[in-house]
Amino acid sequence: MAKLLDKQRYKCALGAMQTVQAIERALPILHSGPGCAQKLSESTGSSGYFSPNIFPCTSINEKDVVFGGVKKLDSTIENALKVIDADLYVVLTGCIPEIVGDDSGEVVSRYEGSKKPVIYAPTAGFKGNNYKGHEQVVNAIINQYLQKTEEKEEGLVNIWADVPYQDLFWLGNLRELEKLVGELGLKTNVIFGYKKGIKNIDAIPKAQYNILVSPWVGLTNVKKLEKKFGTPYLHYKTLPIGATETSKFLRAVAEFTKVDKEKTEAVIKKHEDYYYYLIERYADLFLENRVINKQFTVVADAQYTLAITKFLANDLGLIPAKQFITDDTPKNYREEIAAEFKNLNYDINAEVAFETDGFKIHEEIKNHDYHGYPLVLGGYYEKEITESLKGNYLNISWPVQNKVVFDSFYVGYSGGIRLIEDIYTVAVQRFN
Amino acid sequence: MSVNLSNSNVATRENRIGSITGYVGSLKDLATQSQCGTLKGCSRCFSQSSTCLSMCGLSQLAAIRDVAIIHHGPAGCSVTGAGSYYMSKVMSKKRGVTSDTVYVGTDMNENDTIFGSTESLRKIIFEVNKRYSPKAIFVSSSCATGIIGEDIDSIVEEVREEISVPVVAVHCEGFKSRIWATGFDISDHAVMQSIVQPPREGIKSNKINFKNFFESARPEIIEMFKNFDLEPVFLYCNSTVEELSHLSESLATTCICGTLGNYLGNALEEKYNVPYVRSINQCGIKGFETWLREIGKVTGRSEKIEKYIQAEREKYIPQIEEIKKELRGLTAVIGMGPGYTFEVSRVLDELGIKVVWALAWHYDKKYENGDVPPSMKYLLDNDIDFEASVADQQNYEVMNILNRYKPDMYLSRHPGSTVWAIKNGTPAIYVADEYMIFGYKHTLEFAKTILDAVKNRSFEENLAKRSKLPYTDWWYEQKVDTFLEETK
Repeated sequence: MAKLLDKQRYKCALGAMQTVQAIERALPILHSGPGCAQKLSESTGSSGYFSPNIFPCTSINEKDVVFGGVKKLDSTIENALKVIDADLYVVLTGCIPEIVGDDSGEVVSRYEGSKKPVIYAPTAGFKGNNYKGHEQVVNAIINQYLQKTEEKEEGLVNIWADVPYQDLFWLGNLRELEKLVGELGLKTNVIFGYKKGIKNIDAIPKAQYNILVSPWVGLTNVKKLEKKFGTPYLHYKTLPIGATETSKFLRAVAEFTKVDKEKTEAVIKKHEDYYYYLIERYADLFLENRVINKQFTVVADAQYTLAITKFLANDLGLIPAKQFITDDTPKNYREEIAAEFKNLNYDINAEVAFETDGFKIHEEIKNHDYHGYPLVLGGYYEKEITESLKGNYLNISWPVQNKVVFDSFYVGYSGGIRLIEDIYTVAVQRFN
Repeated sequence: MSVNLSNSNVATRENRIGSITGYVGSLKDLATQSQCGTLKGCSRCFSQSSTCLSMCGLSQLAAIRDVAIIHHGPAGCSVTGAGSYYMSKVMSKKRGVTSDTVYVGTDMNENDTIFGSTESLRKIIFEVNKRYSPKAIFVSSSCATGIIGEDIDSIVEEVREEISVPVVAVHCEGFKSRIWATGFDISDHAVMQSIVQPPREGIKSNKINFKNFFESARPEIIEMFKNFDLEPVFLYCNSTVEELSHLSESLATTCICGTLGNYLGNALEEKYNVPYVRSINQCGIKGFETWLREIGKVTGRSEKIEKYIQAEREKYIPQIEEIKKELRGLTAVIGMGPGYTFEVSRVLDELGIKVVWALAWHYDKKYENGDVPPSMKYLLDNDIDFEASVADQQNYEVMNILNRYKPDMYLSRHPGSTVWAIKNGTPAIYVADEYMIFGYKHTLEFAKTILDAVKNRSFEENLAKRSKLPYTDWWYEQKVDTFLEETK
């Protein structure tokens, strides 16, 4: 049912055009109104080989609403293949064709024998948000593009994480996850990012394992892969940030993929040594400043709210105030995710709310007793309210206006250090 | 034109003033054909994405201080709210005022497309009113709500009885028009319909309505107008509802961009006899002087204005003449909305830069009063001609043209357009700030910026050398109008 979306933190399913954009040389073709692509994008690494303003689009008009837009879709696909050089064409349908009943799947099926693959994902805006749309795109690839194979490659693992572009740090996070898992001696395969394209998609079925690092996004995808290719998956809910969580993550991956324990511990030790070398040298900054208090709040999607809560509680010893998950997490996942917030050191229980109404979130932040200056990590919407409470604010979730991110990341050991740097860069500018 | 303020719907630009988005030919042909009424636009069987009229319309309204926008549709439609939140915070801060404007969505889902959601919408309107006490509430439709026939007019009618501030229905179905500027008309229509009041008795005003985008030149324009005893009222960025309610009392209306200001200017003239200043715009020397003189004529301040022009000319003309020597002979391709492209091409001509091709994102055959747009008339009268096309930001056509003509520069005003030129190795100048070529001072700065841009082409060269363009060789061999079709 329609609801008041006040200070919205996500886009609609068609926003998954950014998921397609994150695959090199994959081109979204939009069967939608003329302005959807522009609305659903921003200047956060968008002007690559393809950019939203060159995505082919049927630009549905009044006539198409009345008479249907299949003819236009057909000519748009046909000519996109001629004009734009891509490896994979992904037709995404918006609200209009799905309401008026265009059979887009039928039109796409006419291109089955074409030189380049053309697939289709139903992503009408009213079907869900861009987290769901992301899953739809990956499912479309699995269902329509990937062929059954018996071939498996020893030690090859697919890594899946949260939604490109919606997650500002997606590129850096994926690269760092690959690097860490690679240090265990595994070969990694990721389909999003630099030099990740059709060849990586082709490799998906050959993997021995799928590793999903996300509280819920992508779970339908790895389940589908298990069904189609018999690939077992590890669902690791917490995006690991900092030493404590990253070491746990590496041990879990090693156990699941049967990597030698000693080897794993050696990798962990090497990283922890350097991590604590840094932490030790900066511990005085943590302990002896007058603006960072113990209590913090995260306002973000399930991925970052969980990840940062665990990091700040288990690594830095801070205390979670109420935490907010804003991605409209499907109801069937909520209980399991909420349970993770009770799984903190010293039996600390973080209260967590699944809340998409920004007004209510702000009321709760205003009314909470942080015993001093609150630390709030959230979207741009939290800037003003945190300032009004004289708190410390960091923009880590969409919408982002306070930070430019190329390939930096918060995941892993180095990522934890980056997050600490960002938090204390805010803190050192103040004195109370 | 005839403004019908009793209906919340505005006819699209295509239907109202015969605007088109598909044409390839020459400027002279375009102007001549529109003058004698024979111009017919084309459609395309292949196109790339452009802009939604709701983004233009609702961003305009969301720039007003302390109002609420309720965008009834799926979450992708109301995503503009995130940008609007940021804009209202930074723009009001820049002015030293505050704005509590909110832009919310209704996160419509599949059930709503089947069973409707007018009841939820009604509750949302009341809740927003309770939370924020806005000075006006604009309730907008979207493609989805439009197609399933949600009757937002009735809901608005109903809640009006219980809400003391103006509540306005705004019809923003994105499929209605390929011309996003229709969104500007929609916002003007909403303001005219429910905010602007008839002039109060006995009010004597020296105000002039100034429709612009982001008021970056506000302080200097206020200073300039002091010389003429005029006080500009900038719209809609940082406007208050109170200010807008008195637009009918001003001496005249002017605008920075004909595409942006045309509807409001004509409506105020038609309904309240506030004269609309019709002239080429303020870009460049000729434009600035023509515009000022027209204001002088309309407001009876010609003498003061001539004095000002005289003094400013002495200061700036020699400097502009000096820099022109260095610009002479450079070539340009230009791609902007029609409110700018035919104005900026005039300025380039003034600076001695040769326009080899101009693209307008759409073209209005005539304005609301039935005349050919002043910028076109000027080019025609002055025998200026070049190749021209009308394309709603169709990047593949732009790239075909840039590849063919290899100009010294590409000038554009829309997000995402400049990067493609530089990947082609063409220096690009982003003329986003609507005051970038305003008056003598900024014309001089503009000329200097062009010079800087063409002088150091390192960035363009570095990137062009290393990036592959996404268009096929086949496409570069085709004519620009390959995908244009006669409209049936």
